[in-house]
Amino acid sequence: MGIQFDKAMGVHAETLRLRADRTKILASNLANESTPGYQARDIDFGASLRQSADGAATGLLDSAAPDLLYRVPNHATQDGNTVELGVEQAEFSQNSSDFQASLAFLNMNIKGLAKAIAGQ
Amino acid sequence: MSFRQITQIAGSALTAQTVRMNTISSNLANAQSASGSDAATYRARKPVFSALSALGGDASQGGVRVQVMDVVQSDEPLRKTYEPGNPLANEQGEVFYPNVNPVAEMTDMLSASRAFETNVEVLGRVKSMQQSLLKLGEG
Repeated sequence: MGIQFDKAMGVHAETLRLRADRTKILASNLANESTPGYQARDIDFGASLRQSADGAATGLLDSAAPDLLYRVPNHATQDGNTVELGVEQAEFSQNSSDFQASLAFLNMNIKGLAKAIAGQ
Repeated sequence: MSFRQITQIAGSALTAQTVRMNTISSNLANAQSASGSDAATYRARKPVFSALSALGGDASQGGVRVQVMDVVQSDEPLRKTYEPGNPLANEQGEVFYPNVNPVAEMTDMLSASRAFETNVEVLGRVKSMQQSLLKLGEG
């Protein structure tokens, strides 16, 4: 029985891609913090991950551009901008920490595989 | 991975906030620039930001840069004072001062520098994400 690398990596490879996509969306929100009428976007991470896992299961790779949702602001603003700096900064920070976490898990997987291959 | 786009987005925000800072410093510097006529008086400038979802022409990917559409002049009324001794005064002895509100400019400056710092932070975090990704599988 051979090792199937994509299965061995588990969910983390896909997680990493989604995290990077989400970083882009959150960076867009932060960049447009003072743009009148700009509406903050985000993705439902869990749903997107499930969606891309389903896509992989049915063989439809790359079908999974995550659904972009709109953030519901805590306060209305006069210029119609829904970016709240604190909220976005917190999300961005959490997201990049989660990225590092997935990376750490992926690294552990790779180390485990390397050990298995070397027969230690 | 879309790190290059993230860098472009944060970079566009840095440019936009720099333009904003530029107009603020121009406004503050000219807050007391008197003039003898209504037309020649300095007026407060403000940049107009707009979202530019044209990264690869695909808004569904979520990358939205910011751009400065224009720099507009404030149409608030000028301050007209009676200073017959001022060499710039007109025949009625009136001098026009710009419609710059220094307090509003100062708060705008705080907001602009906060936004700038936020985007510098984004660049820093993205860089560390990218570097740790490059180290994947090492050691």
